[in-house]
Amino acid sequence: MAWFIFILLAVLTIGGALGVVVTRNVVHAALALLVSLIAVAGVYLVLFAEFLALVQVLIYGGAIIIVLLFAIMLTRSSDYPRVTDNKQWPLAALASLAFLGVLAPSFIINSVEGTEAQNASFTGIGESLFTTWAVPFEIASLVLLVALIGAIIIARSDDGEEQG
Amino acid sequence: MVDLVYFQLLSAALFVIGLYGVMARRSAVLIVMSIELMLNAVNINLIAAASHLDGTGKFANFDGQLIAIFIITVAAAEVGLALAIILRMFRNRSTVNVDEINMMRW
Repeated sequence: MAWFIFILLAVLTIGGALGVVVTRNVVHAALALLVSLIAVAGVYLVLFAEFLALVQVLIYGGAIIIVLLFAIMLTRSSDYPRVTDNKQWPLAALASLAFLGVLAPSFIINSVEGTEAQNASFTGIGESLFTTWAVPFEIASLVLLVALIGAIIIARSDDGEEQG
Repeated sequence: MVDLVYFQLLSAALFVIGLYGVMARRSAVLIVMSIELMLNAVNINLIAAASHLDGTGKFANFDGQLIAIFIITVAAAEVGLALAIILRMFRNRSTVNVDEINMMRW
């Protein structure tokens, strides 16, 4: 049963990802990315990482897809039905496949047999987050604040008025 | 149960697809989407390793899951900044095609 769910989710993940890098329509690419990200949340559920699945659906499925759709609409990328790929795309495909050819055998050679996904206690994540990882947690909030201020300053027009 | 190596292979495939997208696409928005794919591949790898590799039989620690949470945080900040930069680029140059954004080329 776990195998069936895993293969289904893997097919959805890879299919959505291929949709992102292959389709000509930018809005279709964003929707394919949504499929891929939700399937990744399912993979987290197979791995007993319920909190991460929740965070994935909320942040990626909610916030990031919306922000990307805003970027598409504000830049009118969908108005240009032109070639969206570089001239060097065969080289890019070759380099990517070569990288997969290095990555996949290294995973297979170093694989650990007979391991099982363990069920993690939900409270343990919170305990670990606020004890061992307390300082990175605070720094993460600072990173978000700085990124927000930076985004506002970069996107603001020079005369101080928003032109959208 | 599904072994760790299959999750790692899924993660490798997702990362390679994202890598191809970064190298082959021309629109800046599509490049940002491909970067998101690569970040997700890394997250799958981290979480799979965190919930598989244990050895003692009981769950050892949550480091992999917490690093994944921080990666998601940084990814959210990155997408916000990328949207701002893309909007600025579009306002100044009226294009999001990265081949035409060459004002920093020496």
